[in-house]
Amino acid sequence: MFDEMRGDRAGVRLPYEKINQWLEKAGPELLQQKSAEIEAIFRRIGITFAVYGEGGDPERLIPFDIVPRVFSASEWRKLSRGVIQRARALNAFLYDVYHRGEILKKGIIPESLVYQNKAFLPQMIGVTPPGKVYSHIVGVDIVRTGENEFYVLEDNCRTPSGVSYMLENREIMLRMFPELFSSNAVEDIDEYPGALRRTLEDVAPLSASRVPTCVLMTPGPFNSAYYEHSLLADLMGIELVEAYDLFVDHDKVWMKTTKGPKQIDVIYRRIDDDFLDPLVFRPDSMLGVPGLFHAYCKGNVTLCSAPGSGIADDKAIYMYVPQMISFYLGETPILENIPTWYCAKDDDLKYVLEHLDELVVKEVHGSGGYGMLIGPHETKENIELYRRRIEVNPAEFIAQPTLQLSTCPTMKDGEAVSRHVDFRPFCLVGKQTCLVPGGLTRVALREGSLVVNSSQGGGVKDTWILTE
Amino acid sequence: MLSRTAENLYWMARYIERADSTARLVEMANRIAIVPGEDNLNEWRSIAAVAGSHHLLPSDKNGFDKHTILRHLIIDTQNPSSICSCITKARENARAVRTALTQEMWEAINNGWRKLQSVDEQDLVRNLSDLMDWVKNRSASLRGASEIGMLRNEGYDFLRLGGYVERADMTLRLLDVKYYVLLPETEVVGGARDHHQWTSVLRAASALRAYHHVYRDDYSPWKIADFLILNPMFPRSLIFCYEQIGVCLKHLLNGSSRSQTCFATANSVVAHLSDIGMGEIFQEGLHEFITEKILINQQLSSEIAKVFYFE
Repeated sequence: MFDEMRGDRAGVRLPYEKINQWLEKAGPELLQQKSAEIEAIFRRIGITFAVYGEGGDPERLIPFDIVPRVFSASEWRKLSRGVIQRARALNAFLYDVYHRGEILKKGIIPESLVYQNKAFLPQMIGVTPPGKVYSHIVGVDIVRTGENEFYVLEDNCRTPSGVSYMLENREIMLRMFPELFSSNAVEDIDEYPGALRRTLEDVAPLSASRVPTCVLMTPGPFNSAYYEHSLLADLMGIELVEAYDLFVDHDKVWMKTTKGPKQIDVIYRRIDDDFLDPLVFRPDSMLGVPGLFHAYCKGNVTLCSAPGSGIADDKAIYMYVPQMISFYLGETPILENIPTWYCAKDDDLKYVLEHLDELVVKEVHGSGGYGMLIGPHETKENIELYRRRIEVNPAEFIAQPTLQLSTCPTMKDGEAVSRHVDFRPFCLVGKQTCLVPGGLTRVALREGSLVVNSSQGGGVKDTWILTE
Repeated sequence: MLSRTAENLYWMARYIERADSTARLVEMANRIAIVPGEDNLNEWRSIAAVAGSHHLLPSDKNGFDKHTILRHLIIDTQNPSSICSCITKARENARAVRTALTQEMWEAINNGWRKLQSVDEQDLVRNLSDLMDWVKNRSASLRGASEIGMLRNEGYDFLRLGGYVERADMTLRLLDVKYYVLLPETEVVGGARDHHQWTSVLRAASALRAYHHVYRDDYSPWKIADFLILNPMFPRSLIFCYEQIGVCLKHLLNGSSRSQTCFATANSVVAHLSDIGMGEIFQEGLHEFITEKILINQQLSSEIAKVFYFE
């Protein structure tokens, strides 16, 4: 098991030298006291997320761990190049499957996997978004297993969340431990909101005015990520709208303002495809704007991300991303995929069923860490129950080896203990494809646990990219 | 600005103002209740009337006591005008328009809400004054935060507009419930009891000290009514509130071709109040005057909702 501070051997890895000194010097009492202060501040500011259907506190805090996760400049160079490469390939794939489908015709990806996929939107066939960009914010989940071993766990092409934690975690660290930043040269991340706004403006329709009107569309205050929506709208200086603030007239989208209707050019939507437009998608949706999709097809408004982008982050499609990179970009993948077995294939299914106690099995359409089987951590009974679910509907499952995720020092009652982490950087795709040097580190707070999802007892950390 | 944002800011300000006014009323009633021999329960009941929720109390006089009313006015979530309900709704409004608030404004409201979650009946008995002070502080810090940090755009004007519409309403309702103690006949009675009643009206509007600066200790119903209705310097008087409503509406409607009905309504009230003297008001009937203005205030609120597309 690889610990990012200790490495494989005794001693301290270079990027963590100063962190180690700080932990030793500060002592448990101070660190514990600071942790409590931080929780109070988060509550006061209202950085909360909602957990559906569990009762209890409706506005919960994601636990914040005060020990930063550190990457050296050269580690970051590799990660960012790999993520940018992936984001470009995924967008090329989206353009291709909604147009000529070359990669399917060449037999590199099975047609049925795309055309029969629930995430594929036939309504999008032939629609070309500005700049051929479908997924404008790509969140790539990365895990580490060794000094030079990084794997992509999954891609998030729709509306990846978590960037507010990246920003707020840094704010709180700067506020509580300013001395840490004077002794470590850490890359700034505060340009993220500006870069996001530029990305949105980059993809405005050609007909838009010189400064396009962008808005962020949220399902509303009861959505679990509402805090993030409001924070981003605020930092970008754009309106935070809900569906009933918008209407469509003459195939253009307008928002209702105190001075009458105002036309909108770009919508950064944080609602799912299903809820965009009740005329085209779910007719029972109260969240959507009737006529929105038609206005989009006419090129009068840009939706970020484009409807139908979900086909690119489908767990079955994931297996083919390395092939996409060589097919569209003619490059070798910089970041590796985790070897994946797809239970729809007979050979794979046979292997998976024989090795359930070693594998991680996921539902193809699941997310948030729900409905997952972590073989080595499960009881025999649960494994057998899961086996029956796979046998009934093999095409719904993929399996991967149980990776020994790297660990990072994490505070527990004032002591630094080792806990498993993952990492999600946020790649922006507009006229350029770029990354702000940082991302969200999630940490599994239970000892030995590999599940970092906030809905399953995960926490977050500030992530440092050291300057050259 | 989005109409929904404007509406949320307007109502947020109204709810905070209502919580603030209710806290002042409770302080006043608590003070009166200290004087022996008074019909204290009636005093508490009239406070509930000013707060607009006496109809939720049992009609049988023996059915409630001071604590029932305190619970009702402060922590009862069934009462939509209780301080707790007001701050909860203000927070819901605020949460829906986080981007239109500064961080400090949000914290002022969010802190208020979080603390109220833990207030129980014990606190009402033991720490009533502290609690009411604290409620007033919440609205003061919200106002202060908006004063120093908020862009002077439409949002600021909607916030102030809501505050003044609500405050005008509270002053009117205070007069509506208490007008009988200010009627000229009671002057004949005179004596300590009247003095006590009159000052209580001023106290409820947090006007006692300010009143001294204008009339010294010369208490008469006439002057008290004059102070609360026609004094343009006192920030809770009707005319002051309406002048400010006019200023906000002027900013908000500036240069637009839209209906100016609400602006005209506000202006006509100011014009009427500047013209009329207290003598005329008493001649025409204080109660009739107040009832009419309460109706105008409601009318104004719906005109505002219409012109800014709140629905």
